[in-house]
Amino acid sequence: MSARDRILARLRAAEPGAPVAVPDVAGYYARRSRLTATELLSQLCARLRASRADVKVAAPDAWASVAAEALQQRGVRRLALGSCARAVTLAAALPDTIETVRFDGAIEGWKRALFETVDAGFTPASAGIAATGALLLNHGGALPRTLSLVPPVSLVCVDVHDLYDDLHHAASVQRWADDMPTNRVLVSSPSRTADIQQTLAYGAHGPRELIVVVIADGETA
Amino acid sequence: MSAQPLHFVSPAQFRGRVSEALADDGLRDNFRSAMNFLRDKRASQFPDPVETEALRDLGEAVRKHALAHLPALLEKLEANLQARGVEVHWADTPDEACALIHRIATEAGAQRVIKGKSMVSEEVELNHYLEARGIDCLESDMGEYIVQLAGERPSHIVMPAIHKTKQDIARLFEQKIPGAGYTEDVDALIHTGRQVLRERFMQADIGISGVNFAIAETGTLWLVENEGNGRLSTTVPDIHIAMMGIEKVVDTLEHALPLASLLPRSATGQAATTYFNLITGPRRPGDQDGPRRMHLVLLDNGRSQAYADAQLRATLQCIRCGACMNHCPVYARVGGHAYGTTYPGPIGQILSPHLLGLEASRDLPTASSLCGACAEVCPVRIPIPSLLMRLRTEANRAPGARTAQPLAGQGASFSLGQKLVWRFWSGIYARTGPYRLLRWAATRLRRWAPRRQMGWTQHRTPLVPAARSLHDLMKARRMAVSDRDVKKM
Ligand code: SF4
Repeated sequence: MSARDRILARLRAAEPGAPVAVPDVAGYYARRSRLTATELLSQLCARLRASRADVKVAAPDAWASVAAEALQQRGVRRLALGSCARAVTLAAALPDTIETVRFDGAIEGWKRALFETVDAGFTPASAGIAATGALLLNHGGALPRTLSLVPPVSLVCVDVHDLYDDLHHAASVQRWADDMPTNRVLVSSPSRTADIQQTLAYGAHGPRELIVVVIADGETA
Repeated sequence: MSAQPLHFVSPAQFRGRVSEALADDGLRDNFRSAMNFLRDKRASQFPDPVETEALRDLGEAVRKHALAHLPALLEKLEANLQARGVEVHWADTPDEACALIHRIATEAGAQRVIKGKSMVSEEVELNHYLEARGIDCLESDMGEYIVQLAGERPSHIVMPAIHKTKQDIARLFEQKIPGAGYTEDVDALIHTGRQVLRERFMQADIGISGVNFAIAETGTLWLVENEGNGRLSTTVPDIHIAMMGIEKVVDTLEHALPLASLLPRSATGQAATTYFNLITGPRRPGDQDGPRRMHLVLLDNGRSQAYADAQLRATLQCIRCGACMNHCPVYARVGGHAYGTTYPGPIGQILSPHLLGLEASRDLPTASSLCGACAEVCPVRIPIPSLLMRLRTEANRAPGARTAQPLAGQGASFSLGQKLVWRFWSGIYARTGPYRLLRWAATRLRRWAPRRQMGWTQHRTPLVPAARSLHDLMKARRMAVSDRDVKKM
């Protein structure tokens, strides 16, 4: 018998337990009160700022220049980005001092360049979660996972219409389980650790800085 | 405190190490302040008791549901992972798990392994196994990296280097990392670690990680972390090997959501960790990065023994948040290394007997005052004190006694002498005549109570029976009352 068959056989031979109901996860989340659009925005911004993200709110026609300015302030010279529409808009708004880097083909061909020469990476988020101050990045395809991970500065934009109360809200409206990309990541701060004497330090392995631009029509937070 | 690696100590020497740990004031200070810090952080995340209890109910319901369907869910997980191109392996023992991983490494010609945090890999002593076979295996979680550099083992399941001060770490880095001078500045220390490890992420052939929740429905592995080393380990190397205990599976993505809220809040007092990393298979056509091959190793190692018994099965509800140890008065005083097990504290006390057998772990279930603090904070409501009581019973059961689900090492603490004393006592206690006689003798002969009373007098003054028994006192009182009543009339 293989280890698999032995383990499964042991589990199947176990003493039966008391009957168990299917947990009512949706019911639990449905009982929680919903935030208004303004509250969603202000809570998301507050939570992200509390975890040391630099959050900007900008109008649809201004977000790219706001983002470009934030990069420039940090002395970013090389920005890695994908090929989506947002990336194209951002690239057009960059000053001459910031060079864009687009990686073609598999990581094996550009791993070292990414680790050693890129200052910042840009990734558009597909959702913002107000309850935890987190941003959803759907990595895979044209959006490599390493873009939000390896460069020391991570720039993320999110549309104000994609904000949700909590993970459950986002996962059910966007039907996450129906189509899982290779890598869904929820990010809530720059990389951090408290492994040395419970002292919080940033930039443990991933980005030291997280810049978030919320693209909102009209109001600011 | 013993700074020896775990494989040189064993839970069987628990009592001896407890005395050493208690005498180490520095160590006690470190744990005291770390535990206070973690408790406060957790409390700040659960301000509303109604929400807290409802969410704990839900977390418990999710884990119970998963365990009730465990074999079917494991098969479903396996099928959905395989459909995504993940190779699934099953291991009964630590050795099997290590051998499996070694074979994957050899077949790929891999020399360098980088590891994200994985308690299961600690449990099977993977680093040791691979290093003995010439494969370089480096921990990348800052805490794990520190304890590996020091040649030690984690003393806490969430904060591995919690027993070390920044001065300890400053000295360690100065000694072990070429070019690192002495600094107590935490940012500088983390920066040093980051520099060393970044290079290694780039070079590694294999990344190994743990798993926090495995979602059967979608074949997704959900990893929870703050540093980004878990993401790097599972993204940059060409091969990713994930390891998990067979209990970590849940049915649907929706079921994982309450657990993903409970875990960071209970563990480190964060609403969410920096990263939730949900991995569904290796690099797909059209993806530019991510590992080209992906494996999952499912480990039993005694978990099916806990599973066999309907009461002990609750042990497997655990989501490894560490809150039970943070709130345990014993753990806070003796620290994690004293236990001599991969999992210290209350969860270790109820889990280790299944992983190692009661023979090796017989003293662990006794290291509790049964105060119940652990069960009060456990996000999935594991009734830890009653499981400890049950394990005490099993450790004291006669070795040959027949039970439906005998535990490995049953009767490890059994002593015929003790058994006879208890039998004598219960015999007397159940009979009026002999009990009165014993009571009379104990109160009248109290001056001859022995000075040395086995375990009791090791740390306490001897017990001496009272001059009058409660029965006698009550009788005297009743008589005084009725006397008074008579006088009033
Ligand atoms: S037993 Fe409960 S409190 Fe302890 S680590 Fe497991 S889930 Fe957390």
